[in-house]
Amino acid sequence: MKHLMILILALVFAGPAMAEVKIKEVTSPGGLTAWLVEDHSIPFTALEIRFRGGTSLDAPGKRGSIHLMTALIEEGAGDLESRAYARTLEGLAASFGFDSSSDSVSVSARFLSENREAALSLLRDTLHHPRFDQSAIDRVRGQVISSLRSDAKDPDAIAAATFRRLAYGDHPYGSDGAGTIETISGLSRDDIIAAKRAVFSREHLYIGAVGDITAQELGAVIDDLLGDLPATGATIPGLATVGLTGGVTVVDFDTPQSVALFGHAGIDQDDPDFFAAYVLNQVLGGGSFESRLMNEVREKRGLTYGVYSYLSPRDLAATYRGGVSSANGKIAEAIAVISDEWAKAAHEGITKAEMDAAKTYLTGAYPLRFDGNARIAGILVAMQMQDLPIDYIATRNARVEAVTLADVNRVASELLQPEGLRFVVVGKPEGLQDRTD
Amino acid sequence: MIRVLATVFATLTATLPVLAQTTPDNKELVTSFTLDNGLQVIVVEDHRAPVLQHMIWYRSGAADEPRGASGVAHFLEHLLFKATDTLEAGEFSATVAANGGRDNAFTSYDYTAYFQRVAADRLDLMMRMEADRMVNIRLTEQNIATERDVILEERNTRVENSARALFSEQKSAIQYFNHRYGVPVIGWRHEMEALDLDDALSFYRTYYAPNNATLVVSGDVTPDEVKALAQKHYGVIPANPDLPVRVRTQEPPQTAARRMRYKDPRVAQEYVSRSYLAPERNSGDQETAAALFLLAEILGGGTTSYLTEQLQFETQVAVYTGAFYSGQSLDQTTFSVIVVPAEGVSLEEVEAAMDKGLADFIDGGVDPDQLARIKMQLRASQVYARDNVDGIANRYGRALSVGLTIKDVQDWPDILQAVTGEQIIEAAREVLRPETSVTGWLMRDAGLESEVSQ
Repeated sequence: MKHLMILILALVFAGPAMAEVKIKEVTSPGGLTAWLVEDHSIPFTALEIRFRGGTSLDAPGKRGSIHLMTALIEEGAGDLESRAYARTLEGLAASFGFDSSSDSVSVSARFLSENREAALSLLRDTLHHPRFDQSAIDRVRGQVISSLRSDAKDPDAIAAATFRRLAYGDHPYGSDGAGTIETISGLSRDDIIAAKRAVFSREHLYIGAVGDITAQELGAVIDDLLGDLPATGATIPGLATVGLTGGVTVVDFDTPQSVALFGHAGIDQDDPDFFAAYVLNQVLGGGSFESRLMNEVREKRGLTYGVYSYLSPRDLAATYRGGVSSANGKIAEAIAVISDEWAKAAHEGITKAEMDAAKTYLTGAYPLRFDGNARIAGILVAMQMQDLPIDYIATRNARVEAVTLADVNRVASELLQPEGLRFVVVGKPEGLQDRTD
Repeated sequence: MIRVLATVFATLTATLPVLAQTTPDNKELVTSFTLDNGLQVIVVEDHRAPVLQHMIWYRSGAADEPRGASGVAHFLEHLLFKATDTLEAGEFSATVAANGGRDNAFTSYDYTAYFQRVAADRLDLMMRMEADRMVNIRLTEQNIATERDVILEERNTRVENSARALFSEQKSAIQYFNHRYGVPVIGWRHEMEALDLDDALSFYRTYYAPNNATLVVSGDVTPDEVKALAQKHYGVIPANPDLPVRVRTQEPPQTAARRMRYKDPRVAQEYVSRSYLAPERNSGDQETAAALFLLAEILGGGTTSYLTEQLQFETQVAVYTGAFYSGQSLDQTTFSVIVVPAEGVSLEEVEAAMDKGLADFIDGGVDPDQLARIKMQLRASQVYARDNVDGIANRYGRALSVGLTIKDVQDWPDILQAVTGEQIIEAAREVLRPETSVTGWLMRDAGLESEVSQ
């Protein structure tokens, strides 16, 4: 390992390469704010628009309405029914992507400079005059139902659903944002319209743009696209309580390899200890091949193809979680090894060498994220939603570097709860049964 | 809206030829040269950010494996992360990570590729390590035993735990009677369990050599820089004079339609998968492949495609339809169609609707407006592609691994633009013949006994 240490030292002295990402804050004449990275080298623009709240804004009894609305919004607008709409979009060679998660609904648009006006005109109609034709509702609902049926027989989806329910109970985080076959079967066109009204508001709006567009042009574009949205949307629900307790939950499912998810409460992104936790996780289960979990479970014992852990700080709750899959006869051992590693890190912490390697990786890898207009536009929006300063990118690596070993190991002892770790196992695991510690 | 639409179409008409002219050709970004030992090198430049991707593609994959050792190409790919003369096991990836980079590898039928994404000033180190493991791996029996368990777990994750994956594995096996494309890349379980050190080293010594590889570097680099470093690290490795000629057993003509039904209790959504053997892209001869590529787009490429229109909008017998063709293949590839029936529609009914749709399409011909829209999108995709030079790099790496040349890759967009509706119908007639079809039904099995597990 001598060889490796020399490299690390060399890198610290050289300093990591940093992409120059010049972000401008644009305030439109109508008073909307957007972050922009101008880059005129390729004649197109990526525009990312997000609305905070996401599927967590579903009205009571209408679970899945926002997810379905998001799937339906590209099914026709204004005078264009589904197919005419799709043909028009194809003719423009633009792409509009709509997606929903538990924290936001996103609109990801990509359009050429040469027909920007026409593309944005279509996007405007899409956001303001979606048709929500009954025939489209029925057709797309059929697709969602088909996918929910598949989830019911998919070990990964079963594990996710079980974990979510155990962690969050009746909070929106506790159920699938796509709803259930029962809830979405009952949705009417009015429910879809109400879902749109709940989501699309200026109050919950965040905008990022990257590419061949000037600040002035962007200001006019966003006023035209979004200025007419209602000022306020549905109220975002309160924080979720993470109800996980230590133990094992087995879901019996006949499949040769057990799928396990595990976790407990985590740490918020704006917590002063977040970076210490981030470095800790890099060492424990965040790296691809180098983490302790990967080393112990895969490299040394061959118990799995993949094992990982990650911090999941969402708007309304934070968890620290991970996953592993092993043959039914081996999953018990994999879980025992993970539990041991969790306890070891909690009680003994990590070493200085591990921390240094993790920091070098995290700081060096950071610039690799900024690789492409759409990717950067997404980062700009995420930064605004996390309330980060506009110069954050330039300061972020210093925040990682500032973490000390004492910080990491204090956070390890506070954050990691070896006795509070809940494993959800889907399969026919040998030597494992439901257990609450 | 009508006014808006009119504007849209006016803009479109006015700009179609402009786009074709203003699209800077990707040729400008791409440089290539060959070292004396036969290593071919491709450089794709993008100086917007100080990062690069370094890849080495070996022109050998699962279809080059000896009989009885299925999975060895992929197994070896895993083993290349173990020790070499100068690196300890795991040190390769640890070093990449310690330099802020990411690395991984993948295996397919026709190639095995290794890559790292790192800061632009780390190219020297990446090349040193990649060149090292081209010839210097040192494996132990313990490596073999542990990593074999890992690939068996990988097979569990990718295949055994998924009814769809098991179904498509069985379907490939009946699609190809005499070609290795019928054997899964990851391997048949019973053969994977028997893979040993000799299998891995024999494959390694046969195929891992500079004259069987393509080096592709993309990002913030210059061709001169790449050339100097490539010469320094890879240039000193001798070519393998015994590299076998790449000749594989080929498929006989198919003279009977083949059918299979696969039942699994884990199936929630049944569907029909149909495939036909189809010609691949060949060097200097890509016209038929271009017609098939467009045929897949026209038949099942999205909301406006023919089968979607007929089966999802008109008769509403399907919830999903798709058509797929991948021309980047060394030997004969497949053209395939998938239809997922709507609630209450049987597989038999949806298959009949699919067949009717295919026949009607061949009779009715290509909608010229649809073809024009697809071609417009393909031209635009060249603009969007410049935002992802690693994607361009991958395209070259893959193409050069399946017998195509740089010129073939660069000619491809123009060949696509030149395809006519008549050529597409001709290709459809030639390939979509009922007597040469393979049809699979993925079915729900209500019985308690699983026919598939283990």
